[in-house]
Amino acid sequence: MSAPFELPDTQPPLPSPWKPPPAAADRPLRADSRLERVLRSGRFAVTAELNAPDSADPEAVYRNALVLSEVCDAINATDGSGANCHMSSLGCCALLTRAGYEPVLQVSARDRNRIAIQGDLLGAAALGVRNVLCLTGDDVTAGDQPQAKRVFDFDSLQMLRTARIMRDKGVFLSGRKLTTPPRFFLGAAANPFVPPFDFRPLRLAKKVEAGADFIQTQYCFDIPRFKSYMEQVRDMGLHEKVYILVGVGPLRSDRAAEFMRTKVPGVWIPDEIVERLKKTPKKLKKEEGIKICIEMIQQVREIEGVHGVHIMAYRQEETVAEIVHRAGLFPRARARRSGHVAESRA
Amino acid sequence: MREARRKPGSEWLKDRPAFLEDVYALFQRAFRTVYPPMKRMAPRTSEGFITWAEEVGKGYVFNCQMCGQCVLHSTGMTCPMTCPKNLRNGPCGGVRADGHCEVIPERMCVWVQAWERSRHMPKSGDEILLLQPPVNRQLKDTSSWINWLEGIDEETPPGW
Repeated sequence: MSAPFELPDTQPPLPSPWKPPPAAADRPLRADSRLERVLRSGRFAVTAELNAPDSADPEAVYRNALVLSEVCDAINATDGSGANCHMSSLGCCALLTRAGYEPVLQVSARDRNRIAIQGDLLGAAALGVRNVLCLTGDDVTAGDQPQAKRVFDFDSLQMLRTARIMRDKGVFLSGRKLTTPPRFFLGAAANPFVPPFDFRPLRLAKKVEAGADFIQTQYCFDIPRFKSYMEQVRDMGLHEKVYILVGVGPLRSDRAAEFMRTKVPGVWIPDEIVERLKKTPKKLKKEEGIKICIEMIQQVREIEGVHGVHIMAYRQEETVAEIVHRAGLFPRARARRSGHVAESRA
Repeated sequence: MREARRKPGSEWLKDRPAFLEDVYALFQRAFRTVYPPMKRMAPRTSEGFITWAEEVGKGYVFNCQMCGQCVLHSTGMTCPMTCPKNLRNGPCGGVRADGHCEVIPERMCVWVQAWERSRHMPKSGDEILLLQPPVNRQLKDTSSWINWLEGIDEETPPGW
C-alpha cells in the first residue's frame, strides 16, 4: 500500500537523531490547547506568525491561515507588529477560531490599558482562544503613526501575572470575581540576543514566576549567543518549567537583513549572515535565506531545553511550509482543531 | 523622541549607586523621625514641603518623574519611569546591540544601566530580581516619601 502522498527525496536528513524531552506530565495542565498538548507530549512544536492584513476582508486572514495551518501547531496573530496598524489580533483570532484553527492571541501593552486588556482577554477566551502571548510591544516611534500616544499601563510581566490571576484565582485585578474564569496557556517573549546579556536569563526567570507557560523568542541568527543563554537557562532549571520556542525566519535578501537589523527593534543579525546573503547571486538570495532558516532550526533543535520553533516569515507565509518540510519537521499535527467549533456551540 | 525630563538628573551621581543607596537609607531614617511630628503640627504645609523637596532633590539626582511609588532600590538607583515605555520590569526586547534605547537612540537603555548599577549595590542590588506590581497611576505627582511612610506605596491591586 502506498502512502497518500510521497515526500520528496530532497528532504535533508537531520545531523543527528533528535531526542524528544521527557513528556512534562509533572507540569500542570493549563488550558488543554492544541499547542499545549503538543508541547506536553514532548513533540517538537512549530508555531508560525500570521501577518494581520490591511484589509476588512476575512478572506485575507484565511488565505494566510490556510498555508500555515497545514504545517504548524498554532498560528500567532500579531498585534500591530512594529507599531504599524493592521487588523487587530483579537479580530484575526476570532476569525481563526471560527474556522477551527488554533490561534495564539498576541496582546501588546503599547496600545491598551489594564481595563481594555482584561476585557479583551475575557472576550478572547469566550471566542475560543486558548493561547495568549503577552508582549510589551514595539514603541510607537517604530511604526507608521509615531504621533500616537503610548499607553504602556502594564509591562509584559504585569500583564502576564494579571492573566494568570484571572485564570487561577478567577478574579479581575480589582478583586472582582469572574463568573467563569478563562482558560489560558500563557506565553511571553524573550530576546536573548540584545544586552544586558547576563540579565536576560534572570528576566526569563521573572517571566516564569509571573506565569509564563511558554516562551517565543526573537529571531535567532546567532547560535553561539543562544547556546550560552540556554546554558544559563538550564543552570537555573528554567527549561523544565517553561516551554521554549525559538524564533526563526527566512531573510529575503541582504537588503532585507540590513533593514531588519537597523529598523526593526530588537533584531540581531550577525555580519556573517548578511555577508553570506550578499555573496549569493541575486536570483538565489531567497533560497539562501530559506537555507539559513533551516540551518538555524536544525541547530537550535540540538540544544537541550528547546521545545520548538516559532517561524516568523514576514510577508512570505508561503515559504513556511517549505521550511518546515525541508527542516524535517513534517508530517505533523495540524493547527486545525477538527470539530472544535461544533463542540463549543453544542 | 526626546527624553522625559522634569529636572536634569545627574549621570555622574547615578554612577555611584552604592553611595546613593547609603544616602537614601539615611534619608529614610531621618524622614521616619521627622515626619510624624511635622504632620501633627502642619499637615498641609509639610506635605507640600516634602513633595517639593522630593521633586527637586530626586529630580536633580535621578531625573525623578514623581510617580509616587519609588522603586529606585529595586532598579539599581535608576528611575524606571524615565524609560520611554515606563517599564518597571525591564529591559524590553528592543535594546540596541550597543545597549542604547530603542526609542531614543542617543541614550543608554535605562535598564541596561539599572542592571549594571545594581551589581554595585551591596545592600539591595538583588531586589532587581523582584517582580514589580502595576503602577498605581493615581499616585502620580504625589510624594513617594510620604506614600512610603503612610504605607500607601506598598498597596497592590486587591487581586494581585
